[in-house]
Amino acid sequence: MADLSIDFAGIRSPNPFWIASGPPSNTAYQAHRAFEAGWGGVVWKTIGEPIVNVSSRYSGIDIGGTRMAGFNNIELISDRSPQTNFREIAETKKLWPDRALIASLMVETREDWHDFIKRSEDAGADGIELNFGCPHGMCERGMGSAVGQNPGVIETIVGWVMEAARKPVIAKLTPNITDITTAARAAKRAGADAISLINTINSITQVNLDTWVPEPFVGGFSSHGGYCGPAVKPIALQMVQACADDPEIQLPISGIGGIASWRDAAEFIALGSTSLQVCTAVMHYGFRIVEDLIDGLGNYLDSKSICSVDSLRGRAVSRIKEWKYLDLNYKRIARINYDRCIGCNLCHIACEDGAHQAIRLIAPNGLGLGPGRVPGKPIPEIVEESCVGCNLCALVCPVQGCISMLSVETGRNTLSWDDYQEKSRGAS
Amino acid sequence: MQRMNLSAKLPAQAVAEKMGELQTPYTPQEASVEASRCLFCFDAPCIMACPTGIDIPSFIKKIETGNIVGSARTILSANILGASCARVCPTEVLCEGACVLVDRQRDPIKIGRLQRFATDYVYERGLDVLKSPVRKSGKRIAVIGAGPAGLGCAAELAQLGHSVVIFERKPWPGGLNTYGIAYYKMKPEISLREVATVERLGVEIRCGIEVGRDISATRLQQEFEALFIGIGLGEGQALRIPGEQLHGVSDALDFIEEIHSHPLHEVAVGNSVIVIGCGNTAIDAVTQAKRLGAAKAIVAYRRSETEMPAYHFEYELAQRDGATFYFNVAPIELIGDEAGQVCAVKFVRTETSKKGELKLIPGSEFTEPADMVLKAVGQSKQSAWLTQNFPALRLDQRGVIERNPATGQTSIPHLFAGGDCANGGREVVNAVGEGKKAARGIHAYLGQSNMPVARQPSRLGVNGEPSGSGLEAPIRAHELEKLYFSEAEQHG
Ligand SMILES: Cc1cc2nc3c(=O)[nH]c(=O)nc-3n(C[C@H](O)[C@H](O)[C@H](O)COP(=O)(O)O)c2cc1C
Ligand code: SF4
Ligand code: SF4
Repeated sequence: MADLSIDFAGIRSPNPFWIASGPPSNTAYQAHRAFEAGWGGVVWKTIGEPIVNVSSRYSGIDIGGTRMAGFNNIELISDRSPQTNFREIAETKKLWPDRALIASLMVETREDWHDFIKRSEDAGADGIELNFGCPHGMCERGMGSAVGQNPGVIETIVGWVMEAARKPVIAKLTPNITDITTAARAAKRAGADAISLINTINSITQVNLDTWVPEPFVGGFSSHGGYCGPAVKPIALQMVQACADDPEIQLPISGIGGIASWRDAAEFIALGSTSLQVCTAVMHYGFRIVEDLIDGLGNYLDSKSICSVDSLRGRAVSRIKEWKYLDLNYKRIARINYDRCIGCNLCHIACEDGAHQAIRLIAPNGLGLGPGRVPGKPIPEIVEESCVGCNLCALVCPVQGCISMLSVETGRNTLSWDDYQEKSRGAS
Repeated sequence: MQRMNLSAKLPAQAVAEKMGELQTPYTPQEASVEASRCLFCFDAPCIMACPTGIDIPSFIKKIETGNIVGSARTILSANILGASCARVCPTEVLCEGACVLVDRQRDPIKIGRLQRFATDYVYERGLDVLKSPVRKSGKRIAVIGAGPAGLGCAAELAQLGHSVVIFERKPWPGGLNTYGIAYYKMKPEISLREVATVERLGVEIRCGIEVGRDISATRLQQEFEALFIGIGLGEGQALRIPGEQLHGVSDALDFIEEIHSHPLHEVAVGNSVIVIGCGNTAIDAVTQAKRLGAAKAIVAYRRSETEMPAYHFEYELAQRDGATFYFNVAPIELIGDEAGQVCAVKFVRTETSKKGELKLIPGSEFTEPADMVLKAVGQSKQSAWLTQNFPALRLDQRGVIERNPATGQTSIPHLFAGGDCANGGREVVNAVGEGKKAARGIHAYLGQSNMPVARQPSRLGVNGEPSGSGLEAPIRAHELEKLYFSEAEQHG
């Protein structure tokens, strides 16, 4: 079995799966349950001056039959006193010495940062995460994403933190920014040991069409909430890859955003993450999901003969290039496997109305098959001359392995946008 | 009906439970989860398999988005009897049988149950989703028979702006939908509720009036500009064996009609019931006899299990209800007691020769006790009534009206026909579809050719024409096959 243990900027963890700072990491009770279930680490719910939460605070969107495909919240940091939190961290750490226990902090002044860091370390925390992310509430008071959106402020605060910290420091970044690498670079310049991303994305999930009050409903009003869950994964992956690929950053990355399965985890690792943090999926299904995360990731690594998480890390990072370096002469074409095709004609209508008019409907006689029980039911046929290879039909086809995108040999040399421009300049 | 020695078997509560609906309605969440499984196929096979051409993916999509009123309108604009079809259609061999998910080794979308969900929604709230135009054409059309074909035709004509009067022989409208559907599939109220929508479209229904007896066909043809005949089939066929006149012997359809016109706990049923024949009516009769409290119920069929006309799921239902099936047995005599009440049936065993001929096996006779015998060996055609009232009307060898299947027009230009009397006996949904087509045929015949054909968004091709199969009005599979291939050959 592959080695799943990690060393994240000096924080050791038996596996890369950590509970992200949030409702599941609110109390010692929950941390015990998480560790009992097998989680490698817990990032405590953000500690700061105690706040008061509104009652109704979560909302979500369902896609098809899937509940909570996207999830949002207007919850603030911990509503429990710092004393209670630090005491429980100390108790938990004693019981679980081999797991990673990280204190997440959000305070205002230099003195407060120094004070909270000392108290975290005294409680036995293995590391400190700086919450620069919450897009609601805290930012109105100059904290959270108000910090994370301003690289200058990040640099100042990380600087204060590094004056006091002896344990590894992780800067948690907000995605509510044009270019997340500028924030990551600022953290690096100020000496942070690692970064974690992404925090939640500014959002409104739904509007009640009877009252016209968006959700979550709080006495007739709502507020912009932080969006997370499976729907945000692609955004998180992009940001993780961008930070992993940036030569100026080169910090360990804790990947966060929509992770719900070992596949998601493997993708985050391949794009440069060392540890992985999960919140929404645990809020949906409980701590027990870690069993499959560990088992699935281990089996996957074994099946690829990859001996450790470390050796998977970053394998896909360099496979993202700037668009202008892609080969304009590479060609794909769609191919339908008629043994699998069920004749739903979704590929036809998608290509006809939404793309390049390259799939026509024909009578099935010639092909000698009749998808659907209705004889004579038309079936799709790729018009190869018109197919640009865009992938749309393969994406809409509901049958796995039915439409494949075949690479075709064009006999032409690779041609980047730069080459192309040069060539066309030469021609004119 | 002759059943003097028979009595009701179960108290009201028990019988109400046993005859209660088999299929429970979907909750809103169940409906939306099921709807979300639909792939929203383009030019979908389910539409083609529906004889009324309901835009199935569109109505399902509307359930998914919570637009239930719109969903019901999509259904009812194509099939005015959408609520009863949702309950009585053999969906396994129609839309659901054609669903592409069957090809993917998956459960097809439960189209029937979703259709019921959407139509129940508007009926329960008393919402009318269809309208007839305010400006009328001034044309008057008479419809003979208020069954599914007649209602389908009348509703479509009303929506096209014509005045329609339906003449119905029975005291209640709805035809077999009101009188002849197994109780646990659909209660007569559902049918009557639908008839009321047709009336709200402006259609007048005159019940208890038999054409040829209370009003002459000649007079109808004088008073109305076109006629539609949707009179269904006639009496149940006789067995032509001794003893048919005995008490306790009746036609299966009459038995079912009695269930529908009396309080359930008053319906008399035998202790040992034998149903002769093995079509879907036989199944409806035997399961209802069982549910009304018959101790023993047997279906006796002349041919083998593989040859029975009943749908397989109906056969399974009857077996679950405890009916026994005798195959390869033919009744040769109904035996009565001194009081003239049937007490047994004498059978002979049969075999089918290699050529497919049925042979009786001499010496294999046996008797089976029965105090109730129900005949379900098919209904007779209406040729006598038809030739008497419309002497010039052309019938085929079977006694079925000849007509143009696309328009319903018969050999008499102002006379149109559809449903069982024109197709020889098929499903409710075929009757509705044929009624609808005939309405469009009548509309065109009356010179109103600029007919607004309902657009089906999920089949919309170039310039708003239906695309793909190119069929404006989809029809059943085997008809489609003929049409599609012959067209393809012509264009090919
Ligand atoms: C294939 C593709 C091409 C697009 N091209 C353009 C474009 O040329 N100009 C533009 O303003 N937006 C473009 N968009 C963005 C869309 O207009 C739209 O803002 C975005 O897709 C979000 O809307 P949606 O969730 O409905 O897709 C494109 C989107 C897609 C999917
Ligand atoms: S989308 Fe796939 S299954 Fe559907 S018609 Fe096209 S190839 Fe066949
Ligand atoms: S064939 Fe099945 S999946 Fe396709 S539209 Fe019809 S019901 Fe939906």
